[in-house]
Amino acid sequence: MAKVDWPAAEKRSVIGKRIDRADGAVKATGAAKYSYDINRPAMLWAKVVASPHAYAEAVSIDTSAAEKMPGVKAAWKDESLLGRDTNGDGKIKYAGQILAAIAAETEEQATEAIHHVKIEYKVLEHQVRDNDVALAKGDPNKREKGNVEEALTKAEVVHTGNYGVPVITHCCLEPHGQVTEFRDGELFVWPSTQNVSGYADRSLAHATCVPQNKIHVDCQYMGAGFGSKFGVDKWGTIGATLSKQTGRAVKLMLDRDLELAIAGNRPSAFSTIKVGAMKDGTMTAMDCEIWGTAGMGGRVPDVMPYVFTGLPNHRYVTKRIPTHRGSQRAWRAPNHPQNCVLTMGALSDTAAALKMDELEFFLKNLQFAAGPPNAAEVYREELQKAAELIGWKQKSRLRGAPQPGPVKRGLGIALHTWGGRGHDSQCDVTIHPDGSVEAKMGTQDLGVGTRTCIAQVIAETLGLPHTAVKVAIGRNDYPRSGASGGSTTIGGISVSSRKAATDALNELLAKAAPRLGAGAEALEAWDGSIQVATDPAKKLSWKEACAALGVNSVTKRGICVPADAVTAGLISAQVGGVQIAEVSVDVETGVVTLNELVAVQDCGLIVNLKLAESQVFGGMIMGITSALYEEAVYDAATGTMLNADMEFYRLAGIKDVGKLTVHMMTGKGYDERGVIGLGEPPVIGPAAAIANAVANAIGVRVPNLPLTPDRVLAALTQKGGVA
Amino acid sequence: MSASKDSPGVSSPASVSRRGFLKGIGVGTAATGLLTAARSAEAAESESGVRGPGEFSLTLQVNGQARQLKVEPRVTLLDALRNRLDITGPKKVCDRATCGACTVLLDGKPVYSCTMLAVEAEGKAITTVEGLGTPERMNAVQEAFVQHDAQQCGFCTPGFVTAATALVRKNPNASVDQICAGLGGNLCRCGTYAGMLLAVADAAKKGGA
Repeated sequence: MAKVDWPAAEKRSVIGKRIDRADGAVKATGAAKYSYDINRPAMLWAKVVASPHAYAEAVSIDTSAAEKMPGVKAAWKDESLLGRDTNGDGKIKYAGQILAAIAAETEEQATEAIHHVKIEYKVLEHQVRDNDVALAKGDPNKREKGNVEEALTKAEVVHTGNYGVPVITHCCLEPHGQVTEFRDGELFVWPSTQNVSGYADRSLAHATCVPQNKIHVDCQYMGAGFGSKFGVDKWGTIGATLSKQTGRAVKLMLDRDLELAIAGNRPSAFSTIKVGAMKDGTMTAMDCEIWGTAGMGGRVPDVMPYVFTGLPNHRYVTKRIPTHRGSQRAWRAPNHPQNCVLTMGALSDTAAALKMDELEFFLKNLQFAAGPPNAAEVYREELQKAAELIGWKQKSRLRGAPQPGPVKRGLGIALHTWGGRGHDSQCDVTIHPDGSVEAKMGTQDLGVGTRTCIAQVIAETLGLPHTAVKVAIGRNDYPRSGASGGSTTIGGISVSSRKAATDALNELLAKAAPRLGAGAEALEAWDGSIQVATDPAKKLSWKEACAALGVNSVTKRGICVPADAVTAGLISAQVGGVQIAEVSVDVETGVVTLNELVAVQDCGLIVNLKLAESQVFGGMIMGITSALYEEAVYDAATGTMLNADMEFYRLAGIKDVGKLTVHMMTGKGYDERGVIGLGEPPVIGPAAAIANAVANAIGVRVPNLPLTPDRVLAALTQKGGVA
Repeated sequence: MSASKDSPGVSSPASVSRRGFLKGIGVGTAATGLLTAARSAEAAESESGVRGPGEFSLTLQVNGQARQLKVEPRVTLLDALRNRLDITGPKKVCDRATCGACTVLLDGKPVYSCTMLAVEAEGKAITTVEGLGTPERMNAVQEAFVQHDAQQCGFCTPGFVTAATALVRKNPNASVDQICAGLGGNLCRCGTYAGMLLAVADAAKKGGA
């Protein structure tokens, strides 16, 4: 009888291995059809009209001239904004808010036609600035543990510093949007989504008057989401409505400027932080005032103090600055990267104030660190490993130590943590009498390798190579699986596929047992055979065993109930991780170059080492980009985003990322934790580590990210020179 | 083309549109194009050899096949491939020659198909990522991308594979710096550069594409 527990290391032939992603070839050859690539018969193109004003009332929206343009088949306008002002909901609240849409025979015709939509605005006074605490509204959130005032008074050293992280956007390469088709009273949607099973929600049903059981969702390939693609969104209902109006398929994908401006903003966080410490380096208190924006609503990042939650005395006050900006969306590891920059920056500066080696300071204070079980030990091991990999001993110097020439080098450290417990998930595994195997699950692959990992878990369970399992995902008529967010996918899909495969195998074992003259409980699946565990010479090939099924395939559903899976030891949560950066800073030009970034990361039992490392590399590069380049620049006068394109909203290119080293913590002490998600953790640390490395290099803190030349030079000027 | 570049979208000083201008004036025959605007496209084409502003027939050589399509002069090569020929390997991402996701080979040289009109590609050999290999028969670069996991969501991958193929064909002994320079016109958001460097170096070593 097969059990659902993860097999011991020596009994793993597929799980934990470096296996190529299953859809690598279709992606590398352009054969993969992303949602944007779906072309339906007689499909129309829709383009939207967006408000140029950040705060306004739409007095009238007139699509009549646009509807007379060549090729135009339908128009939509946001009636809810016209002539109403209930609780302010009738107002335009940010530049880029979608007000109307046109569907035409060709993309060019739709693009031309939207210029002829006439909208009369009553422009109101907007507010888009987010870095001035005086603009905060509402009651601050406060939390205090211990007695911060008293601890700061008693501290032998008190450091006060400013740290800030701007609003950045997701910049998914495949923009938000979908193709919709209305056929025989049913709605077919090909969305770019992180949430296949949950996409067809009540809001879509309500907006289209199509019941949820008649909405079909299909997303085979999607060009990333990073937390911004969970919902139907306004463009989803507009597309569906235009389809229903015309009886034609409609493709509506956001153009790049709107993708950047309205399809996801990560909240900013600016701060003043005080740290109290004793001369031996032991921290005693942290006091934080944080302000920033998450658009009109939302939350200011308040996971403070980050990682070092065991500090005896700490306090934060967060103040929300409402702005007329696009809506905030979850951005990979929500709030953690910002809070990591704030906390690690303050700790690094405190070490510098103590004239103490940064590594020694972090090691000294691990007693306060929280995250993985035995956090202090895990972080110590990871810090030591990362220090060894980057050559801390050889390269480190105290902040302010003189260096010859205009190019200064420096090292910086960051610690991070994340939950990553698996989500609810269901999977059907079918074993056919001819020995073929298939799995169906309503999950999605954002690029992390979900298909591959499902195949691996099932293959491991059945004693087959991973290529023997056909995996079908991306449709909402498959067994329901959770949205991919918060590093929850790998845990959920591993458990549901493991359970389904185990149950299916046990039925097969029962059928095959008589042919081996043994009880089903004595059998196991291993290396392409069904064999007697204690006497492997007694075996049937997989195909022979499956023939025992007769004419009936066996299908079993595996269900992951997260709390139960944790109890069973299949999954858990809370990982740690350490990153150390080495930078060069040219103090004459202010240019920061990342020489090397080392990541040491744990995530429990790794399903696919190659894909896990890819996740970490990806997180590091995304974090590097946020450290050096990313900021949604808003113009206070016009209220619009100034860099809503990919020239001025810069992403790191292949030359910008330096040497990257990844070390995964595996084996004893880690594997026993079960499967834990990995999408978020590695993106958290880079910006903090790089910011600290720059401070170490030039002897002064550059308070606000990104670390652009002007900010570096300004910090140097303020300090009055270079260390 | 992005809404903001010409009007009702988010107004942005950064959004000076090279291609918006290009599209507006047609195919390098601005004066003629405007003068004949009132006449039918077919009539204009037959009488003067000037095509547009309406749809006209065009033959493009794509991946070794002659493909007939109808386009207006303003249609980009990328939109002609994706929207009219259903060749969707090249992707539309920045739509303004920054990110390289739309990269195709034109007579063997990599170009941004989002910033070129379809009619400009007439008579040239167009190769998209689909023309470089199939899942069953990948070229060396594609194989190396799979082997080194040089892709995650994969949306940038066709552009990178196409640019890298041109690079290793031109310079099979490309150094790391040359690979970086050769791929400097492409951007990835998932962060797959580490695998990409290994993949392209590997493909170059194996004799290119």
